[in-house]
Amino acid sequence: MSREYVRQFQSTKTGLGGRFHLDIPMLFLLLAICAFGLLILYSATGQQSAPVMSQGLKMLIGIGVMISLAQVSPVVFLHLAPWTFIGGLLLLLLVEFHGVEIQGSRRWLRIGGLLYFQPSELMKLFLPMVLAWYFNDRHLPPPPRYLFLSLVFIGLLVVLVAAQPDLGTALILGASGIFVLLLTGISWRIVFSMFGAGLVSLPLFWFVLRDYQQQRILTLLNPESSPLGAGWNIIQSKTAIGSGGLLGKGLFAGTQSHFDFLPERQTDFIIAVIGEELGLVGVLLLLSFYLALVTRGVFISIAVQDTFGRLLSGSITFTFFVYVFINIGMVSGILPVVGLPLPFVSYGGTSILTLFAGFGILMSLHTHRRMVL
Amino acid sequence: MKAGNQAAKHGWKGRVYILGLIVVLISVAMTTRLIYLQVFDKDFLQDKGDARTIRMERINAHRGIIQDRSGKPLAVSTPALSLWANPARMLASTLFSEHPPEQLRLAQLATYLNYDVEAFRAHLYPLRHKTFVYLQRHMPPAKARQVLALKIPGIYAEREYHRFYPAGEVASHIVGFTNLDDKGIEGLEKSFDSVLAGISGKRKVLKNQRGEIIRDIMPVSEAVPGKTLRIGIDLRIQYLAYRELKSAVSHYRADSGSLVVLDVATGQVLAMVNQPSYNPNDRVALDYASVRNRALTDTYEPGSTVKPFTLGVALQSGLFQPDSLIDTHPGFLHVGKHIVMDPKDYGLLELSQIIAHSSQVGISKLALQLNEHDIRDMFQKLGFGQSTHTGFIGESAGYLPDHRRWSDVDRVTFAYGYGLLVTPLQLAAAYLTIAKGGIKTEVNLLAGAVGESVRVFPARVAAQIKQMLGRVVTEGTGTKAAIAGYQVAGKSGTVRIMGPTGYQETKHLAFFVGMVPLQAPRLVAVVVINGSEIEGEGGGTLAAPVFSRVMSSALRILNVPPQRELAQTRSQRGGA
Repeated sequence: MSREYVRQFQSTKTGLGGRFHLDIPMLFLLLAICAFGLLILYSATGQQSAPVMSQGLKMLIGIGVMISLAQVSPVVFLHLAPWTFIGGLLLLLLVEFHGVEIQGSRRWLRIGGLLYFQPSELMKLFLPMVLAWYFNDRHLPPPPRYLFLSLVFIGLLVVLVAAQPDLGTALILGASGIFVLLLTGISWRIVFSMFGAGLVSLPLFWFVLRDYQQQRILTLLNPESSPLGAGWNIIQSKTAIGSGGLLGKGLFAGTQSHFDFLPERQTDFIIAVIGEELGLVGVLLLLSFYLALVTRGVFISIAVQDTFGRLLSGSITFTFFVYVFINIGMVSGILPVVGLPLPFVSYGGTSILTLFAGFGILMSLHTHRRMVL
Repeated sequence: MKAGNQAAKHGWKGRVYILGLIVVLISVAMTTRLIYLQVFDKDFLQDKGDARTIRMERINAHRGIIQDRSGKPLAVSTPALSLWANPARMLASTLFSEHPPEQLRLAQLATYLNYDVEAFRAHLYPLRHKTFVYLQRHMPPAKARQVLALKIPGIYAEREYHRFYPAGEVASHIVGFTNLDDKGIEGLEKSFDSVLAGISGKRKVLKNQRGEIIRDIMPVSEAVPGKTLRIGIDLRIQYLAYRELKSAVSHYRADSGSLVVLDVATGQVLAMVNQPSYNPNDRVALDYASVRNRALTDTYEPGSTVKPFTLGVALQSGLFQPDSLIDTHPGFLHVGKHIVMDPKDYGLLELSQIIAHSSQVGISKLALQLNEHDIRDMFQKLGFGQSTHTGFIGESAGYLPDHRRWSDVDRVTFAYGYGLLVTPLQLAAAYLTIAKGGIKTEVNLLAGAVGESVRVFPARVAAQIKQMLGRVVTEGTGTKAAIAGYQVAGKSGTVRIMGPTGYQETKHLAFFVGMVPLQAPRLVAVVVINGSEIEGEGGGTLAAPVFSRVMSSALRILNVPPQRELAQTRSQRGGA
């Protein structure tokens, strides 16, 4: 790319948001969700401050990452996309051979003997980036062979992560890739035929799943079949959410969630705590924050002028919604249990950093868009 | 540059909008699901949630105290903790892992419960599928808390009460005891269980998944503590009676014995002891033969002790006066095929001398001149063959035959106390009637209770019998019952014991029943010593001394003043 091209990406916006390449509505929505999340976490941990502090620290680091990435020009992302992907892929393969196994899953790399690091988490951003890069200069919609090649790529990556096993991350990875393909404008005929093929091959997919994963799906269909075993989580979370009613039992006043009936109440099932303590109103409030964030993402995505930016911003936005959908769907008993946190609310995990990074890239794409072409 | 245009051309915005529409549809679906759960399914799910967390807990009621007549405790309940376990939960935890801290914890638990670690494992293993097992009942709270402090999953404590009997074996027969579930199973603990037990309360609590109580929601009903039961026993007299009876039974190598002391004014039982006895606080090696309250449950042929009543019938008939003479010569009497014998030929005897010497021949001749039903009717009026209505569960009614026609032999043997069965308490109650001047008063175990009264003898007859009983002690078979400073009235009895093959030759039953002081009786007592094999000894030599010792101390305890002239007589004699 020429120097001229790079200069064209300079922001012309003035004001705080413009000068620091921030998107103010998005920033405030994120802060609101984080505050809500910390409050609920405080309740879910039985009003302990230590986890809340730790979570708050992660959020601060995440915001730092977000702001930093927002300063980076999209050109840099474009240029780095293939290399970051190759690097990420290598790390992912390294996990296969030298990964640390925790609770039966081999997902982590140990750095310096202390810091644990999950390459699959990075791939949530690197995969859409590389796909957006791949389609950036091509004729759109892409001919089927490119599409096929991309699908193989995505599929391999998904299988690699799913085999760790980490079904939640694999799903997110798959979704982020598929969204890029959908946004390239492939014809609906291909989309529907692939969807149909996917449905037909579902029974085959069944045999790839591990026993416990199969169990989770059976449990979804009939949780009462094993109320004390695999069905426990779903029954408990449904009970907790439902018992909250319209207005909830009041903050810190949940019974199901606090008396150890609800498993994973600080992490994947935290929305059940919201449902029980703050009721339908609380859950819908959080959901509306999320939807506002998605709406803002869609808005940015439409405003972006270049293909790379459009594909990437759309993928990041809709993938974020998939997070929310899978988590709430799983806790409210309409989707099988896959381990996936509720964005910015569930405790722990490096996913918060990735999420903030994604929004940082969105902001970068948004605030650098003016001078394109 | 080119790419952007192409994207626009190929419906870039349309794609985003369609995906946005899908987002909206999915959001609507999620919202619907949440509304369904939180609004329409709410009641069901709330109930389900409550069903999981809200539990009814029993609050054990404090069992009432049993006290003696002055308020001294005979049975008290102290709080204790009973440890129970959910073995399934214990095994599900890491308790049985090889992890050293867990092994230490398991070892500590076993030690607190007085188990060897391996034995404890072996104990729990067959119970591993159970969800409720008592580990130890009624632990001292301090010790139970040590166990709870180990914070082992699946171990819980329940508040219960441990029953303690301060008087131990001294009052065990009358007080009885409770089982581990705080339910009376013997004695007054059983008889008055409904009074003592109280009503356990209920409270609603929130419990967590581990079954620990998180919060009390509300007491549904408060526990109503049991009522205090104050009984007529005077613990001081009870102790003394116990000591004297125990030493006598062991000294005479008897099988068993009973001693009952009645308060004449109220008919209340002041002391009731038996041998053998048991310690209600330590029932590990409980011999059930020693649990019986023999004074109420065991029946004996009363023998000579009922002779005064036969005499009473004679006096009441108007045919005889206290100084009427009966010829007992030659010391034996043919009745049908049987021979009634006296130890020696007493010759002519006044009625009072018949009692004093306990002459079988004399009483037999008397009985044969009375209406054949009168003696039996008198015995019935005195309460023989009927419950004393003390409410004590297990009390025997005795046995009083009711022949349509009485053969001479039956009339004679009945008159001197064979062919009927009485309990020691019934015998004491009969003497109480004489002590009260012929008015029969129901006996009672509870303090404050006064039973119904009904006249059985004219006062004159009762007074005459009492005087005759006085002569038993001054000049007859009961001299060993005498008490310095007081006039004693009483009657001894020596009864052969019915064995498997008729009356036994060697074993006999020794009775002494009497009252003090003679002029205005305060106490009535019966002493029974059963199964002594000492040759030639009987009620007058075995039971009478026990009576004397117990009564003399009891009179002092009750501050009954000695009679001045008797005391003087004694001191003069001592001075001479």
